[in-house]
Amino acid sequence: MNLSAQQIRMLKVVVFVACLGPLFLLLWKAVHILPWISNIGFIASGADRWNLGANPIEVITRSTGKATLLFLLITLTITPARRLLELPWLVRFRRMLGLFAFFYASLHFLTYIWLDKFFDVHEMLVDIAKRKFITIGFTAFVLLIPLAITSTKGWIRRLGGKRWARLHQLTYVCAVLGVFHFWWLVKLDVRRPEKYAAVLAVLLAYRIVFWMMERAREARERAAIANSSTTIPQR
Amino acid sequence: MLIKKPEDIASSEITPQRVYLNRRTFMAGAAVAGAAVVAKHFLGEMSAPAETVHAATLNVAKRSPFSTSEKPTPKNDITSYNNYYEFSTDKYEPAKLAQSLKTRPWTVEVGGLVKTKKTFDIDYFLTKFPQEERVFRHRCVEGWSMVIPWVGFPLADFIKQLEPLSKAKYVKFTTKYDPSQMPGQHYGVLDWPYVEGLRIDEAMNPLATLATGLYGEELPKVDGAPIRLVVPWKYGFKSIKSIVKIEFGETQPTSTWSAAAPSEYGFYSNVNPNVDHPRWSQKKERRIGEFTKRDTLLFNGYGDQVASLYTGMDLKKYY
Repeated sequence: MNLSAQQIRMLKVVVFVACLGPLFLLLWKAVHILPWISNIGFIASGADRWNLGANPIEVITRSTGKATLLFLLITLTITPARRLLELPWLVRFRRMLGLFAFFYASLHFLTYIWLDKFFDVHEMLVDIAKRKFITIGFTAFVLLIPLAITSTKGWIRRLGGKRWARLHQLTYVCAVLGVFHFWWLVKLDVRRPEKYAAVLAVLLAYRIVFWMMERAREARERAAIANSSTTIPQR
Repeated sequence: MLIKKPEDIASSEITPQRVYLNRRTFMAGAAVAGAAVVAKHFLGEMSAPAETVHAATLNVAKRSPFSTSEKPTPKNDITSYNNYYEFSTDKYEPAKLAQSLKTRPWTVEVGGLVKTKKTFDIDYFLTKFPQEERVFRHRCVEGWSMVIPWVGFPLADFIKQLEPLSKAKYVKFTTKYDPSQMPGQHYGVLDWPYVEGLRIDEAMNPLATLATGLYGEELPKVDGAPIRLVVPWKYGFKSIKSIVKIEFGETQPTSTWSAAAPSEYGFYSNVNPNVDHPRWSQKKERRIGEFTKRDTLLFNGYGDQVASLYTGMDLKKYY
């Protein structure tokens, strides 16, 4: 299936709006657009589905964090999906999805420095140094910054495709750190972080297998060339 | 023939009566809720409807002098946000899931190194002891807090009636175990049943409470009905819910959370801003309903009543 430039432009608008979904959901809850729905016990007796519940800041922190992980994983799905489904144009959406991961990571980070630490720099530094889940979460966020900056066409040109691609392999590191950040945060029940870890493992395993197959193919080609070059004079 | 004989149908494939009946309850609930939406629309009334479950009002004799004058956390927050792993590890789900708990009939078995080894009916606790309002601060180990207007009576009053033997140094409490009513127990995230313990002098402290109610009414199921412990100077998980057994012993019982993660949750688990949880700071807390965080107080602000229990103890070692 191939899409025209016009179709891709339109689809980009759709994807952009969809990517704002988690933010809209959060804002929706925050302003209690449908407060009476949450009060009808059987629909959402947990009171969390349609408003921010008893601990709104925790909900904001959790949902921006989850959105970050989600978009990191979706971004990492693009390459396998476009190869396996033979949809090369999917790559045109990768930058947008990656930037949304950075967008939600920024909101998540802002929630932490503002609503959790209230700009207490000393406490934040203590946290970053002492709490391993914060250490790796902070590291992942810092690593996302150069990726966001160099996401433009101009930077791809300046760095050159190969170096740019090498730099952007940091996405793997960010995703791994992000999943561990979640894993080490939960008290005991790791069922949710496990799901993110499982998806990430599949996405990374695909790359390892693909890379090994490429290596094997290159080796075969080299061998074939070598063979043919030795056989030619004999002919 | 493809038609299965009745005996070929595994009993697991038949909708259990409970679910079948639940569906009726659900339909009834949906009808009521639908009517409520229509009614609200026409009446233009947007406030929360009254709780559908009618909790019995308790006969509250007096207000405890230990009660704080701080503003109590709204009932809706206390009954919709808490940890009750017997139902779910999520903090919003127990409000819904705990409705499957049957709190009558209910008995509490007393055993171990004690003169009165007996099983007590829940009514004994509700009628034998004058129920008082005890408004306590509640600090969760996760870093949030509430002010909760419990109804209950001093644990010490009950223990005195039981006459523990002089050898008894610890009191062990056990929560109900019944995965059919407590679906979270299907998942081995903790070693069920939930067990907590106190040193006997802690248990005899006038702040240690057996709670039977909240906001003047019977304890909501989500908050540990029909009877639970409240030890306000310790992190919330020490205040064990839905108690079915109380035992007196010579040795320190292993509490459930300290068995699950010994480096993170000790036997004492006193609220202490100077001893961090290994993964997060305990210096501050977010009082539910407040925007900024407040400082966490040593022994949750109950030092006058309980600090003497721990004189000479290294609270960093006995966390």
